[in-house]
Amino acid sequence: MKINLKLSGGASPALFSGLPHKALGAIAVLFVLMPLFGVFADRFFTAGNFLNIALQSSILLLIALPMTFVILTEGLDLSPGALLSLCGVVLALCLVGGVALPLATLVAMFVGLAFGVFNGVCVAALGMPPFVVTLGALGMAQGLALAITDGNAVSGLGPEVEALNNAQILGLPLLIVIAIAAYGIFHWLLYHTTFGRYVIAVGGNADALRLSGVRVRLVHGAVYAISGLTAGFASLSMIARTNAGHPTIALGMEFDAIAAVVLGGTSFERGNGWLFGTVLGVIAIGILRNGLNLLGVDTSLQLVCIGILVLAVLLIERFVSEGRG
Amino acid sequence: MSKVALSSPRLTGVRPKHMSPELVSLLARLIVVLILSLAISLVNENFHSLSNLTNVLRQASLLFLVASGATLVIVAGAIDLSIGANVTLSACVAAGVMHSTGSAALGIATALAIGTAVGLINGALVAWLKLPSFLVTYGSLWILSGLALNYMGGVPITGFPKEFRYLGSGFLFGVPVPILIMFGVVGVASFLMHLTTFGQQIFMMGANRETAALSGVPVQRNLLLVFALSGVCSGLAAIVALGRVNSADPGMGDPFLLPAIAAILVGGASLSGGTGTVLGTVLGALLLTIVLNAMNLLTISSAWQPFATGAVLVAAMLADTAMNRRRR
Repeated sequence: MKINLKLSGGASPALFSGLPHKALGAIAVLFVLMPLFGVFADRFFTAGNFLNIALQSSILLLIALPMTFVILTEGLDLSPGALLSLCGVVLALCLVGGVALPLATLVAMFVGLAFGVFNGVCVAALGMPPFVVTLGALGMAQGLALAITDGNAVSGLGPEVEALNNAQILGLPLLIVIAIAAYGIFHWLLYHTTFGRYVIAVGGNADALRLSGVRVRLVHGAVYAISGLTAGFASLSMIARTNAGHPTIALGMEFDAIAAVVLGGTSFERGNGWLFGTVLGVIAIGILRNGLNLLGVDTSLQLVCIGILVLAVLLIERFVSEGRG
Repeated sequence: MSKVALSSPRLTGVRPKHMSPELVSLLARLIVVLILSLAISLVNENFHSLSNLTNVLRQASLLFLVASGATLVIVAGAIDLSIGANVTLSACVAAGVMHSTGSAALGIATALAIGTAVGLINGALVAWLKLPSFLVTYGSLWILSGLALNYMGGVPITGFPKEFRYLGSGFLFGVPVPILIMFGVVGVASFLMHLTTFGQQIFMMGANRETAALSGVPVQRNLLLVFALSGVCSGLAAIVALGRVNSADPGMGDPFLLPAIAAILVGGASLSGGTGTVLGTVLGALLLTIVLNAMNLLTISSAWQPFATGAVLVAAMLADTAMNRRRR
C-alpha cells in the first residue's frame, strides 16, 4: 500500500493538480445533465435559478468538506444531518431566549463540537466502527432536537437572521462567501499543513504513520471533531436561509454530502481524494436536485436517483481499480 | 484472532471444562433483563400488569424480527443498514397488493418476495462486487425509502383482510402470534447458526474472512445467503408490523434501524464479527423494549426515545470494546 502523498506537495496549489478524471461522476452530471435540464426545463438557465442552486449548495458544501476528510480516513460520518438540525434548533432557541447572535452561534458550534469529539474518541481512541458510532450519534442528536422542541419549529428569530440571509459582500450573497471561505480553510488544512498530510496518510497507511511517531489517533479523532464543529457552524447558514429552527429539517443531508464526496472522486480506500472534486460533487448534486425539481420529479425519486448514482460510481471505481491491478 | 478461538470452542473442537463464554454472556443478559424488570415494577406497578407485559413482548418480538437476520450478517462480519427501509418497502407494496386484490396470501408472498429480493441485491453487491457492506446498504436504505415514498404517493393504506391481521394481532392458545413467530425464527436461525456447516462457516468468516476463504469456505455464497436471510426477516417483520397496526405508511420502518442494531449489540454480537447469537438478540430486543416501555410508564416524552436508543447503542458498543480489550 503506497501512501499517496503527491497531493500534498507544498508548492503546488493542488486545486487542479488533483485527479480530475476521478471526479468523473460529478463531471458527467454537470456536462450531460445540464444541457438536458436546459432543454426540458424552461426556468433552468436563469440567473435566479442558479443563485438558488448556489445558495442551497453553500450549506451542503459546509457538510461535504469535513465529510471528505472523514472519508479520506476510510471512515464515515452519518451524524451531520441530525447534528445540523440539532444545532439549528439550539441556535434558534438561544436567539429566541435573547442571546446575541455571535454567542448563540458559539453555543451551537460547541454542541456540534461535543458530538464530534464524542464520535472522534469512540472511533479513533476506542477503535469502534465509525458507521455505527455516528449512527448512535445521529439517534441521540435527532432525539435531543425533538425533545427540546417537542417536535415543533422554533420561529421568531428577529431581524438579524433575516439580514444575514440578505447580506451581500461585493455583490455575492454572504452565505456563498461563507462557503467559499470554508473551502479555502479546508483546502489550506488538507494541502498546506502537516495535519492535512497526516489525514491523507491515515487512510493510506495508518500503521506506517504510527511507526514514524505520528499521533495517529489524535489526527483521526480530530477529523470527526472538525466534522461536528463545522455542522454546528453550518447551522448558522441553515437558520439564515429558513429563518426558523426545525428539529428534522436537515435529516438525511449526510446522504447528499456522502454522494457529493463520492461523485467528486474521493475514494473510501487508500486515502485517495480530491477536495475540489467535492465542490464539483456538491454542485452536481445541487443541479441534479434542482433540475429534477423543475421537471416535476418527486423528491422520493430524487433519492432513488442519487442512491443509484452513488452505487454506480462505486462500482465503476471498483472495476477501474481492479483493472489497474 | 485468538479472541475468537477462545470464545468459539466449536472452531477448535475442544470442549472447555467451564461454561462456554456464550452461555455466560446469555445468562448475564437474562439476569440484567430480570433485574431491570423487577426494579421497574417496584417503581411503577403498571409495569407488571399482564396487558403491559404482553405489550412489551409483542413490541420486542417485532423488533427482534427486524434484527434477527441482521444478526447473522453481523456475525459474518458485515452489516445491513437497510433493514428498516426494507421493512418499509416490503410493507408498503404488500399493503398495496392486498388493497387491490384483497388476498392475504398474495400480501404475504409480496412482502417476503420484496424483502428477499432486496437482500439478494445487497448481498450480490457486497459478495460479488466486493463493495463495503455499510456503503451498499446505506445507499440502498435511501433508494428503498425513496421507492416506498414514491409508491405510496403520500397516502397511507389501511384495512387488510382478517386472516392477515391475525399474523400481527391474533392469538394462538392465548399467546400472541408475533411471539410464536419469534420463537419459530429463533429456532430456525439458531439451528442454522449452531448446527449446520453454513453456521460454522459464517462464524469463521466473521472472525477472519481471508483465513476462512483460504480454508475453503465459500465466502461469497455465504455472504449472499446472510444478506438474503436478513431480507427474508425484514419481509417477515413487515408482515407482522402491517398486521399489528393495520396501516402502511412510508415512515413505518425507519424507526427500526437504530433499535435493531442496538438490540443486536446489546445481545452480545460484536461488530468486528465472529460472535453473537440469535437468542442474545432476543434478550437485547427485550432489554431495549423494557427501557423504552419504562420511559413511557414514567411519562417521559416519547421524543426522548431516539436519544435513549442511541445512548443504549453506544453503551453496548463501549461495553463490547472493553470486553474485547480484556480478552486480548
